[in-house]
Amino acid sequence: MSALILPAMLGGLTTGAIYALVALGLTLIYGVLHIINFAHGSLLMLALYGVYFLHVWLGFDPYLAIPIIAPLFFVLGYALQRGVIAPFSGGKEQNVLLVTLALSIVFDNLALYFWTSNTRTVAVSYAYTMVEVGPAFIPLPKVIAFFAAMLCAAILWLVINRTRIGKAIRAVAIEKRGAQLVGIEVEQTYAVCFGIGTACVAVAACLLIPTFYVTPQVGYAFVLVAFTTVVLGGMGSFAGALVSGLLLGVIEALCGLFLGETLGQIGIFVAFILILLFRPAGLFGQRTA
Amino acid sequence: MKHATLGEWVLYGAVCAYLLALYALPSDVWLGFTINALIVTVLSIAWNITGGYGGQMSFGHAALFGTGAFVTAILQVRLGVNPWLAAPLAIAAAALVAGVIGALSFRYGLKGSYFALVTLAFAEVLRILASSFSITGGGQGILVPYKAGVENLQFASRVSTYTLALALVALGMLVTAWMQRSRFGAYLIAIRENEEAAKALGIDTFRTKVLAMVLSGAIAGTAGVAYLQTFLFVDSQIAYGASMSVEALLGPMIGGSGTLWGPLVGTLALHLLGESAKELVSGAPGLNLVLYGVVLLVILRYLPDGLVGLARRVRLPRRAPAASMKEAR
Amino acid sequence: MLRVANVTKRFGGLVAVNDASLTLEQGRIVALIGPNGAGKTTLFAMIGGFLTPDAGSITFEGQEIAGLPPHAICRLGLTRTFQIVQPFAGLTVLENIAVGAHLHHRSRADALERARLVAEQVGMGRMLDQSAQSLTVAGRKRLELARALATEAKLLLLDEVMAGLIPSEIVEIVATIRQIRDSGVTILLIEHVMQAVMSLSEEAYVLNQGKMIAHGTPKQLVADPTVIEAYLGHGAAERLKGGAHA
Repeated sequence: MSALILPAMLGGLTTGAIYALVALGLTLIYGVLHIINFAHGSLLMLALYGVYFLHVWLGFDPYLAIPIIAPLFFVLGYALQRGVIAPFSGGKEQNVLLVTLALSIVFDNLALYFWTSNTRTVAVSYAYTMVEVGPAFIPLPKVIAFFAAMLCAAILWLVINRTRIGKAIRAVAIEKRGAQLVGIEVEQTYAVCFGIGTACVAVAACLLIPTFYVTPQVGYAFVLVAFTTVVLGGMGSFAGALVSGLLLGVIEALCGLFLGETLGQIGIFVAFILILLFRPAGLFGQRTA
Repeated sequence: MKHATLGEWVLYGAVCAYLLALYALPSDVWLGFTINALIVTVLSIAWNITGGYGGQMSFGHAALFGTGAFVTAILQVRLGVNPWLAAPLAIAAAALVAGVIGALSFRYGLKGSYFALVTLAFAEVLRILASSFSITGGGQGILVPYKAGVENLQFASRVSTYTLALALVALGMLVTAWMQRSRFGAYLIAIRENEEAAKALGIDTFRTKVLAMVLSGAIAGTAGVAYLQTFLFVDSQIAYGASMSVEALLGPMIGGSGTLWGPLVGTLALHLLGESAKELVSGAPGLNLVLYGVVLLVILRYLPDGLVGLARRVRLPRRAPAASMKEAR
Repeated sequence: MLRVANVTKRFGGLVAVNDASLTLEQGRIVALIGPNGAGKTTLFAMIGGFLTPDAGSITFEGQEIAGLPPHAICRLGLTRTFQIVQPFAGLTVLENIAVGAHLHHRSRADALERARLVAEQVGMGRMLDQSAQSLTVAGRKRLELARALATEAKLLLLDEVMAGLIPSEIVEIVATIRQIRDSGVTILLIEHVMQAVMSLSEEAYVLNQGKMIAHGTPKQLVADPTVIEAYLGHGAAERLKGGAHA
């Protein structure tokens, strides 16, 4: 048994990297807009279909699709925030949750209508190229995703902490009124931020699809995991999302190993409930008075 | 209580006329469709108590519905308990689950979106558990043998099943109406409007919210039992899946959350719309749900008080000062 | 009736209330004054059960209430209002007051009846069906007072019920508060409007930087150099005196 634990943990780390990637955009949106975007999983699903069709129709390699899909989803996210989420919720927190829930219902079922419930996969030659990592063999795309997650977190951190737009985003996140007073366009900044978050999820889709699949329901499987990652890491923290994503991947792998495959995800949800109840600021967040 | 406006009379009249017309023109298709809508309405009524009146929006009412359905199914099929005994036990189990979820969440101060997410997580945990153990039928679910007869709480005729569903909706609405006029209801609404102020006025907000969850759980469990007795089948996806949780909140949100008639009006309207859409595009999967989502968006944007709120604004032009007289009655 | 003894509350490194004490006798109107940030609202929050003191005791009619939850304290007959008014925005004035009245009236009809009486008492008899969010600032302050009164409290803690009101409204609410006292309710109020404190309260406590620095009749206090310094800064009393001599 113990011979299985280390490989399982390594496999869990790579799954966790994907969770972290998906959660990065969500944590950015939460940290700045202070809203919970329930449609995040559905946007991931749409991005997965985007990569899939680029590959099938135009022969794009999933990784080369990043420069196309990411800007496209930036625009989509920007438009959603400006055109739907902000005006339809009227700024009320609970309404945002309902509006994004409605959006996810619409996206998921449009996908079901147009693309049916068939499971689709992208066949790339390197999907089963194995990399030997210590005692385990891990598919190359997972190793790539692992390092890409760190790179993405680092890039996001740089954008937020070292650029002009990042400065505006931070200002809006901390003190909306004050930011408005010094001439920052809050609605514009919100939409840019939502756009960046959505672009992140598109990048995650490109990195995910070589070893994964897409169905209209796939987003839902990720949405709670992504929330767990965000809450565990402390809302709005990129490093937190990265670490907690990896941690959750390992938890899931170990639960799967000891409790059986179908019960793997239960570890994640139980962790989520416990974290919400006992440490709502996250494992790495500060306790607020 | 304020008097109903003309618009409300028309709206509720139309709903009642539709429900009664099914007795005059019994069609199996329409009866089947409406029975389904009524069972969802019972679940919506449950959601409306915590979400509509109490302001504690749950995304996981399937946890309560599913517990009602599964417990009665397990008791009947695995232990041979008579459905008439299994039903109250199942309802009690659902109320207990609701109480535990509520007590845990409210003890640690969860509210708003966090409460919504934690309820969703509870439902997911139950879904995974139900799909993993043999007592709940694992991936296959539980099939209850068809043995029509009052003693088995199964009805051969659709009209009888329909009457039962209708009676449950009526009962749920009676409970809601009682609640609206009770101190408990006033406290619950006060908590929704301003929890700090409610505490300052002597309301034990924790106790009130947990009680609301327990009541809601009992009603949602009743919906689960009704579902099982009607369809004689349940699996983890039906019972605890997200779509049931979403259905629970759609009715009240669209009909008018925190209103007596909201869940019934909203659920019926939504199901009629979804059904017509299905007919129009000849049963394409998903399109009715797309419509649900769009309707929810439109309601959130333009009719925050739902269809009941819209109907309330439709009134006969008349003497305004009469309003204060009515209140004084 | 109320005894606050050596109560302390810290937030992190900040000591918001430091070893403060006060006693309140039945049937009186007592003011708690002090500059902004002195810890008055924190002290109120502790008496009302919204915060638990780190040290000290609070007794109400002989019973220890420090650390009890707000609803339990309210049931004993001690109700607070909020500095920033907290109406049940979606409800009417009558429904708002009825929530308070329900504390001692289980039936809806009784609670509504009681709420009507209270509304008359505070001069809101003609606004019963107005929604709370449509009220003016003065209306909301009155509503806050009415709801608390409807709980049939023996002691009311009023947190700046006059802030934001124009002078004529202040005169009205001062009269209302006096009437409430005359009906047998003891009142402890936080107030910044000194004119109201002078005319309304029989005694006052002064809190500064978390410490209770003075206690006496309003007249004594305005002549007290420590109080003047607390408000106007160190040396102010000397300078004022000097100015008077010159």
